[in-house]
Amino acid sequence: MVSKGETVETNKKSETALVVLTLREVKEILNCEVLVGEAQLGMEIWGACAADLMSDVLAFSIPDSLLLTGLVNAQSVRTADVAEVKALVYIRGKKPDAGALQLAQEKGIPVLASNFTMYEACGRLYLRGLKSAATIVSKNE
Amino acid sequence: MNDDSLLDLEFEIIGGDFNQAGRVSTRLKSILKEVGFNPQVVRRVAISTYEAEMNVVMYARRGVLRFKASPQRISIVIEDEGQGIENIEMAMKEGYSTATDEMREMGFGAGMGLPNIKRNSDRFEITSEIGKGTRLKVTIIAGDGTRS
Repeated sequence: MVSKGETVETNKKSETALVVLTLREVKEILNCEVLVGEAQLGMEIWGACAADLMSDVLAFSIPDSLLLTGLVNAQSVRTADVAEVKALVYIRGKKPDAGALQLAQEKGIPVLASNFTMYEACGRLYLRGLKSAATIVSKNE
Repeated sequence: MNDDSLLDLEFEIIGGDFNQAGRVSTRLKSILKEVGFNPQVVRRVAISTYEAEMNVVMYARRGVLRFKASPQRISIVIEDEGQGIENIEMAMKEGYSTATDEMREMGFGAGMGLPNIKRNSDRFEITSEIGKGTRLKVTIIAGDGTRS
């Protein structure tokens, strides 16, 4: 049986530990279809950012992070490229348009699609320990 | 142009062309990566120029981005012919925006553009004239310059 003190200690550890997930784990957690980048599922993801506003992504993402978005046009991929976001997950069953898919292929950015809502997709990743990119940014500042 | 200039480039940006929006900044980013600038500096330049490029696409008829880099310092000037900014002080506030629904559908126009550019620059200068256009100058210190 875990004593009260030990539980607190465990919580402290989980607050500070930086969890890294592979894109394959993300795919499994969010039950994703892979639209681009099947061969890149071994890549490591260090944090996540969820937004439909691309300026928020530019302000609060970190390199090597994941972007969850409902914005399906090419600007979602261009923003990912500019901000060095490593992979994209389109949520709520949305599929990127042809321009976005072509750009993702050109830039070598993996694209996944999940049927979960934004809220549930974020919640599932957070439960697995993946940190918010914004939290990591503020700690580094 | 002094002796240690690495790059002196000029790009045209076409207003209203949402399909092409972002091409200049992503091209510039590739060039800087090839030259070997520090990745953090490359990211700051890419974010600043992308936001500035989107502003030209959204609010101006046309614009020009002039880019100069030495190993120590990067200077970016974006000049556009367009409607200009009525109240620069307000435009610098996060969340203030005059964007249309079309711009928001593109994922922009949330009132974060100019603040994002300022956040990523070491020096930020902006002047604007109503009905004529806007001039933005961004300086980014490249620190120890390119990787050896």
